[in-house]
This record gives sequence, C-alpha cells and structure tokens, in this order.
Amino acid sequence: MKYVDEYRDGKLARQIAATITAEARDNRDYRFMEFCGGHTHAIARYGLEDLLPNNVRMIHGPGCPVCVLPVGRMDDAIKLAQRPDVTLCTYADLMRVPGSQGLSLIKAKAAGADIRMVYSTLDALRIAQEEPDRKVVFFAIGFETTTPPTALAIVQAQKLGLKNFFVFCNHVLTPAAIQNILESPDVRDLGLVRIDGFIGPAHVSTVIGTRPYDFFAEEFQKPVVVAGFEPLDVMQAILMLVRQVNDGRCEVENEYSRAVTPDGNLKAQDLVSSIFELRDMFEWRGLGDVPYSALKLRDAYAAFDAEKVFDITTQPAQDNPACECGAILRGVKKTTDCKLFGTVCTPETPMGSCMVSSEGSCAAHWTYGRFRDATEKQAS
Amino acid sequence: MNAPRLRIRKLDIKNGRVDLSHGSGGRAMAQLISEIFAENFANDLLAQGNDQAVFSVPPGRLAMTTDGYVVSPLFFPGGNIGSLAVHGTVNDLAMAGAKPLHLSASFILEEGFALADLEKIAQSMGEAAREAGVQIVTGDTKVVERGKADGVFISTAGVGVVPDGLDLSGDNARPGDKILVSGTLGDHGVAIMSSRENLQFETQILSDSAALNGLVADMVAACGPHLRLLRDPTRGGLAATLNEIAHQSNIGVRIHEDDLPVKAEVAAACEFLGLDPLHVANEGKLIAFVAAEAADALLAAMRAHPLGKDAAIIGEAVEDAHHFVQMRTSFGGSRIVDWLSGEQLPRIC
Repeated sequence: MKYVDEYRDGKLARQIAATITAEARDNRDYRFMEFCGGHTHAIARYGLEDLLPNNVRMIHGPGCPVCVLPVGRMDDAIKLAQRPDVTLCTYADLMRVPGSQGLSLIKAKAAGADIRMVYSTLDALRIAQEEPDRKVVFFAIGFETTTPPTALAIVQAQKLGLKNFFVFCNHVLTPAAIQNILESPDVRDLGLVRIDGFIGPAHVSTVIGTRPYDFFAEEFQKPVVVAGFEPLDVMQAILMLVRQVNDGRCEVENEYSRAVTPDGNLKAQDLVSSIFELRDMFEWRGLGDVPYSALKLRDAYAAFDAEKVFDITTQPAQDNPACECGAILRGVKKTTDCKLFGTVCTPETPMGSCMVSSEGSCAAHWTYGRFRDATEKQAS
Repeated sequence: MNAPRLRIRKLDIKNGRVDLSHGSGGRAMAQLISEIFAENFANDLLAQGNDQAVFSVPPGRLAMTTDGYVVSPLFFPGGNIGSLAVHGTVNDLAMAGAKPLHLSASFILEEGFALADLEKIAQSMGEAAREAGVQIVTGDTKVVERGKADGVFISTAGVGVVPDGLDLSGDNARPGDKILVSGTLGDHGVAIMSSRENLQFETQILSDSAALNGLVADMVAACGPHLRLLRDPTRGGLAATLNEIAHQSNIGVRIHEDDLPVKAEVAAACEFLGLDPLHVANEGKLIAFVAAEAADALLAAMRAHPLGKDAAIIGEAVEDAHHFVQMRTSFGGSRIVDWLSGEQLPRIC
C-alpha cells in the first residue's frame, strides 16, 4: 500500500534499531514517554520493544482520550442517553467504558437507550436532520485532532438552522497535560518517574504545530521529538531522542515533517477558538483536576451546548479502588503492576478505561504484548 | 371425473410484498412456498410436500450443523443472504471432511418485504445448492409484523456424511504441524462494509462467499491421514479461528505476517476503517493444520483448485501452555494475535 508500506519497512527498522543500539551508551539507560495512545498502539502492534536495546525503555503516557475521560463525565453521558427524548451519538470506543454504577453505554443501549455509533460528527449531524423529533447529542471527546470536526459540525448545524443538535463537549488539550505530568510530584520531587524525553503527538501536532512544545524543552529541559504514528516514525524519533540526550541538547525536533509545520493548521485553530473557550478546570482520569486543560462552547453557541441545555452538573465519581489506571496514565506504574490486569480486567470486561480503547496502554499490552510477561516469568 | 382445478392468480413477484397472510398457514402461504421456494430449490424430496424429508444415508458417520443468517445489507458485492446461507452451511459440514447432502432452510420474513427480493434470494440459494451438490429438502416460513425483523432472516440446518477413517476434529493439531490458508483474508467483511448504508466507499472487492466442499475433497484425497483439521475463519476472522484451535488442541501458534495473503484493496480499506484484516470475516476460505511432511503436497493440491489458488503456508503449531497465537510482524517484532474484543462489524453474516 503506497504511502503506508514505506513507513513499515522491516529492513529499515532493523537498520535504525542497530544505530540506536550502537549510539545508546552502555553506562546509562534512556526512558522516554510517548504521550499519545497512537504511539502506544504502534509500539505494541508492531512489536517495537523487541527491536530496542534493553537500556532504552518507553513509558506510556496519558494521550488516549478515552482513557483520560473521568468516570463522572461517563456517568453524565449515560444519563443523557437514558433520557427518552435524546439520541446519543458516540464513537464506538466509548461504548464499553465503565461508568460508576456498573453501567456503560453498551448496557444502557441494551436497556433501551437510543445510542448510535458514528464514524464522524457529520453522521450525527445527518441523524439530527433526518430525525427532527429527536434531540441528537454528539458525545465529543478527543484532543486537538478531533476538536476541529466538532467545531465544523456546530457551524454547519447553525447554517442549517438545526434546533435539535447538541454537543456534549469533553475536548481536552495536550500541552496542559504534558505540563501537568512534568510538574507532578512523581516526576519533579519524588523522582518516581524519570523521563528523559518525549515523543510528541502526531495528529495533534498537525493542528497545533510544534511551537507549543518549545516551552517544555526550555522550561523543563526535556527533549521533544514530534513523530508520526507509523512504526518507522517511532523508531526514528527514539533515535533522535537518544542523540539529543547524548549531546545534552533539549530541543523540539520534528520527525513528522511530512505533515507537521511549526505553526500547524491556522485555519483549524481559528475555527476552534471561534467556537470554544478554555475551561478553568477539568478533571482527567489519572491526573486529577488540571487547570486550563479543556474546552467548552462559547456562550454564543450555548444553544448547542448539551451541558447547558440539559443542565448537566458532573458529580464526582470514583474509579474502582484497585484499578491502577491513574498511576499507569502518569507513568508511575506499569500495566502489569495492577492486580486487576488480566484477571478481572480484560478487554471483554474492562474495569478501567486503559483496558477499553485500543490506544490504552493496558489494552495494547494485553492484546499484543502479554506473551512477554509469560516469557519473563519463565526466565526468572 | 376430476374436480375443476382451483384457479389462483399467480404471485405478483415483480411488485408484490410479503403480508401477514403469507405466514398464516393458509393458501397464501402454500402459494408463496410453491411459487418461490419449491420453484427455485426444485428437488424430489421437497416436491413431496411433507413436513419433513425422509432419505437414506450412505455409509459413514453423520455430520449435522445449524446456522442463522442476519447479514446487513441483504445484497452485497459478490452474493446475498441466500447464497451465503447455503455456502455457510455447506462449509460447516465440509470442515469435518463431510460430504454435504441435504439442507433445511427456515425463513423469518418481515411484513412488507418485496417478493422480488425474496425471489432473488431463493434463486441464489437454488443455484448455490446445485453448484455445491446439495439439496434444500425441507423448510419453514414465518412472517412477523413490520419492524419486528429486518427484511429476512434465514436459519438453516445441514447434514452430511464423513467417510470412515477421517477425523478432522479441532483438537487434532500437534506441535510441529504446518498451518495453511486457502486464500486472501478479509474479502467478505470488507465487501459488506463497503455496502453499508452509512459507510459506502468505492471498491472492487467482492465477498469470497463460496462452497468449499470441492476443495476439501481434493485436500483429503491429496493428504488423507496427514491432514489434522480444517476450519473456516468466518466471524472473528483468522485470529479467532487460530485462538479457538490453540485452546482446543492445547498448543501455541506462530504465524508470519509476511506470508499472510491479503489483497491490497482489503489492506487499504482496513487501514482507513481502523480494522485488522486478521479479525475480518471470510466466507469462502479455510485454514488447515497438516503434518509438516505433507505441507507441500497439500499446498500444491490446494493451489490446483480454483478456490485455493492463493493458498499459502502461514505458520506452524508449537508447544505453548499459554496457548498464545503469536505473529512475527513484517516490521521485525513479535505480537499476540488476540480474539477480537467487542463488536467490530455487527451482522456480517
């Protein structure tokens, strides 16, 4: 497949792996966090860990939108869907995320709630046009990549004069989350998590560009390499990070130059800022309350804002106390440190969100990498 | 003197629709059965008009299977629910090495369903049955109110005979066996997806829906006792099938991504739909476990058959108490090939 196979070339991968092994110094180890779930998925799916030397390790970050959605917001969505007048449109990823009462959207659907799985915001818009008697709510989640399509849907709904289309907005921002991780006591004071550098987001960076990461390189003295989601992109980015560490450099480099520019997509940025504004505070699963880390609809678009129209006040809700999703999302623990992993928590019956989305580190490790645990156990 | 024959106007197949009377047990139902089903399935046993078919069976052990079909859409590139129902049932029998003999077909029809569509479906079933050398010898028709079904659902059963001495049960695989697949993976699932109402994309991909009993007969003739087991990777794709067998046979499986036959169009569609071809359904493919020494002979026999021309050796069975199905990726790493979790493609067959 053209423009895909080139980035999955095994021969080239082995060459880069050999260079990483040659350049990584024996007297130290390298710990890099890939922020995005897309990278986590690529690492697991293509078995990248097998290609890396033992002293280069990846820490999986919180960049999976499904994983960081707090239980309280999931409860809100389930409650919305249970209203007899509402049709809730959602990406399929969210269907199995557990809420606080043992409910999930898929269970609510089985109990009669009108929930439709859609591939894009435009599908939701079409449903609103075709079924004017239904109040159609789009369950909007995601980082900067999925925000512009939500904004476009609102613009389009306004043009069409739709009175039955609403957005339940849960869009969150990448730079705020990275900053939160770097400022967390785990990283800064306690030294529980050592991060030598970041693989920066791929698709998110096509929208926001590379400039927002300059701050991290400078303020926190951490190298950042923005990389695509293909496995060769990840390998190349790891090599670039190893080189920065070896040289004592802390720069923002762009491996994904075929899609990402320093400024990003200005048109999309303008569109987003015309529809959305910053929330003062938003809860992230794992990170807790993070200031200025999420978006809400501007007052001018209140008529499309499901939170206002349906008067939603998010109630705080607890994760399963044994679930380690929070610590895993901060990079403090590994998936296999969680007692629930692979016992009561599997993709079929997920207890925590990291086991739901294919981009979640628990699901990725369970689905693609759990044979390594068995091999390790045997070896020890 | 014979009584004058009752004159009933023929069914208006072109413009007519199924109504509740077609399932009432009265004359309308008899007419529907006679003019659509009996006409297209045409065989002596069905023509007897009994509530059951009575037939004698050749020597060997009897194989029996049952299946339900709810595919959406009913008509898709490369087939329809009718041909799919015959192929699926025949294949379930053939995977045991059975010679399929007779099928039953039960129809749940939704009020308002176009008779022209029902006729097309019955016609495809008749053709598929004749091609596979089986007969649809008994059936049933029910009609439910509009909204209580989705056009038509079909339930089938099938019987066939396994020759004495042939045992292709799923627990037969042994470490060291080679694994073969009869052709390209994921064609059916992608063909269905491409014709889904909310997801149309242009592609030349046809469903691979086909009866595999002819191919199986050639394989058995070529390898006989070296052939350990056969299975058709339908829902859940190759991944589900290999995991089932790993558990049943108490083995592990290692496959090689480079050796998996996948059409470029299917790979591309899976790429943008976010699917894994290993999880996508097939309706005209089988996988075989065979003793290593007979693998090349089996491959040659498969490639000599039109339905096996793209056959390939894709991996081997290994000892593994965890029953992992692992794949060496083209990229050079290893990963698990797991069961599909959740519903990737509902109502695929």
